[in-house]
Amino acid sequence: MDPTSGLTPYLQLVQQITHALRLSQLKVGDRLPTVRDVAAQLAINPNTVLKAYRHLEMQGLLVSRPGTGVFVAKELRGPSAQDQAALRRALVRWLTHAKDAGLDLESVQALFADTIRQYTIDEAVAS
Amino acid sequence: MNVLEARELGKRYGRKWALKDLALDVPGGRIVALVGPNGAGKTTFLQLAMGFAKPDAGTVVAFGLSPRRDAAAFLPKVGYAAQEPPLFRRFSVGELLKMGSQLNRRWDGLMAVRRLRRLGIGLDLSVASLSGGMRAQVALVLALAKMPDLLLLDEPMASLDPLARHEFMGLLMAASAEQDLTVVLSSHIIGDLRATCDYLVVLTRGSTQLAGDMDEIVGTHQRLVGPVDSINAIGYVQEIVQVERSDRQASLLVRMRGPLLDPRWESYPVDLDQIVLAYLSRNANISSFETDLAAEAAS
Repeated sequence: MDPTSGLTPYLQLVQQITHALRLSQLKVGDRLPTVRDVAAQLAINPNTVLKAYRHLEMQGLLVSRPGTGVFVAKELRGPSAQDQAALRRALVRWLTHAKDAGLDLESVQALFADTIRQYTIDEAVAS
Repeated sequence: MNVLEARELGKRYGRKWALKDLALDVPGGRIVALVGPNGAGKTTFLQLAMGFAKPDAGTVVAFGLSPRRDAAAFLPKVGYAAQEPPLFRRFSVGELLKMGSQLNRRWDGLMAVRRLRRLGIGLDLSVASLSGGMRAQVALVLALAKMPDLLLLDEPMASLDPLARHEFMGLLMAASAEQDLTVVLSSHIIGDLRATCDYLVVLTRGSTQLAGDMDEIVGTHQRLVGPVDSINAIGYVQEIVQVERSDRQASLLVRMRGPLLDPRWESYPVDLDQIVLAYLSRNANISSFETDLAAEAAS
């Protein structure tokens, strides 16, 4: 856990698990460690772990089988090369707008970081 | 529902009030961080809550029971550990367990043995031979073996290094997943509390400065930087906790009740350390606490 990330421990855990799913470090059918074990090893509140697992269950990424544990239900794939290229072009267009509006690179980065943070929080609240 | 409630609670040592007019609620099932500088009254509060000392004013009630008047009903429900656990040094860990099982009506010796095994602490070891970290862990295992509903921990990690603190907290977190527990943990080391405790109480000079859900508190506080002359025009500010200003620029630590919409101001997230320090700085007498934090940062 990184106390300086500005994200709640719950969102950090969600991010770490989705990251592992994206990189296929976790595969369909893999069993996740128990809430108790994660809480003990990372020294974090068990409710935080439970909340992160539930969040990922609602997204269909994990499935909980009572009595046996929590398992990976779906892996995540990154965007296709085509999507990635289109997104990059859109971002470059946006950066040009930002430059025209007088934002320097640092302001862009600050705005980007802040927007992502707010977006993640809003998403978490909405789900 | 609140497990522990203090109302107008006061305790005096000689002519000095260590706690005065304290109102504090501890909601059930939470892991509560009790934070404040030395002399804020953390230990005094926990001792009153345990019934070790008698209040000079007001009341403290746990599960509707008075810790002193209803001691017979109260004591089996509560566990306690402090910075220097008073374990008998010539006893072995196994003998401590045996003593615990004979002194307590509620006692889960099996779980205690399992936890000690997982921690790699042998039952035949003598208390004197244990490291500080192990001793703290043994004290916690013993307090948990009572199967308490409420666990009060007074600076249990104060003398531990970061690794031992992590292991202690891991043990506490595992226990709170396994048994139905409300925990109040006093500490002056803030960093460890963010991910472990889900409720925060900041105490200074014997009264409560801030109390509430940990995520909510961290999520609603921000640092805002912007022009001095528009401080009063920022919308959705619930409270300005701290102000640093130069000629034109001001840096504020605020609690927000809505999004920042004013483009003249930039917002930055703040961590728990900064929030706690800001609340403590509202009181003049913070020197000892700042020294602690500085020493911690340097180590």
